[in-house]
Amino acid sequence: MKQPFEAVVEHHATTVLRVCRSMLAVDDADDAWSETFLAALRAYPDLPEQANVEAWLVTIARRKAIDVHRAAHRDPLPVAELPETPTELGLPGVDDTGFREIVLELPERQRQVVTYRYGAGMSYSEIAAVLGGSVDATRRAAADARKNLRKAPSGVSRQEDEHG
Amino acid sequence: MDDRPGNDDLATLRAPVDAAELASLHRRLERAAQADGLLDVAYRVLDSPVGDLLLAATPGGLVRIAFANEGHDEVLESLASTLSPRILHAPGRLDVAACELDEYFERRRQVFDLDLDRSLSKGFRALVQRRLPEIAYGRTRTYGEVAEIVGNPRAVRAVGSACATNPLPIVVPCHRVVRADGSLGGYIGGLDAKARLLELEAA
Repeated sequence: MKQPFEAVVEHHATTVLRVCRSMLAVDDADDAWSETFLAALRAYPDLPEQANVEAWLVTIARRKAIDVHRAAHRDPLPVAELPETPTELGLPGVDDTGFREIVLELPERQRQVVTYRYGAGMSYSEIAAVLGGSVDATRRAAADARKNLRKAPSGVSRQEDEHG
Repeated sequence: MDDRPGNDDLATLRAPVDAAELASLHRRLERAAQADGLLDVAYRVLDSPVGDLLLAATPGGLVRIAFANEGHDEVLESLASTLSPRILHAPGRLDVAACELDEYFERRRQVFDLDLDRSLSKGFRALVQRRLPEIAYGRTRTYGEVAEIVGNPRAVRAVGSACATNPLPIVVPCHRVVRADGSLGGYIGGLDAKARLLELEAA
């Protein structure tokens, strides 16, 4: 049975980053890492179940490292195999500017809690461990933040039902 | 300057990869996957008074809520085979759902206003699950009454299995369906969770 792609990222993220860093400078390596996993995600449903996932990822990573290097530099990176067609670099962001603008107006503590809970998907206890303070205080800060967000014209919550 | 790592950079290469760096790369992958339409299933875990809840969403909406006792890894594997293996931990798509569930558990929300992807349910079960939100917050119905609501009064057992296989518990309130003798019946998240939800709504 095929694993969720998240498990692939979890198991091989470090290896792929090391491969990219062995061929490129750190910033370029980050680009190659992202390009590698994006390409892998695209192709993943068609990957045979018996395939050696790590070998597959390392192959993609080598090709992407060459692409990134070629995009950033004129001089070719000497390699044994011929590169594939270069990818188009660039990762367009998601349009969540409205939400971010409203969040930016929250008091600092509330803004941090909201960012960690809804931006990073963390639990209250994980947030408390990062920010300090008790789990209850973190929970209260989140509740206060949600109250403030509901007052905002286009807050995170789409329903106006604070009487519940 | 040559960007390729020479001998001087070997220390950098050997250095352990920082968890924060990987987390930042992961977020970049989430955004890129979303932008390229490759994020078939996004998920996150939400801590709640009834334990950790797995929330999963397709581009069509919230598709699965799973209690800890269902085994989150198993649920994700099952989503990989039934929906798509293009699954990433990507909390962004679950922001609104997480927020509404938090409000529900704080008794600040009685009705969920979320896009739902009901593709995991078929046939009679789907029909039953579609009608469950008609049972109001704080109320209960028996399995038999729900069978009548869907126009098939003898399908009491089938209503039971429709509730037991509800892929979107809490939001689709199968916890409000109980036995005719007043006992709780079954629940996908365990009877403690069912009792807790009914208590929360009764208060």
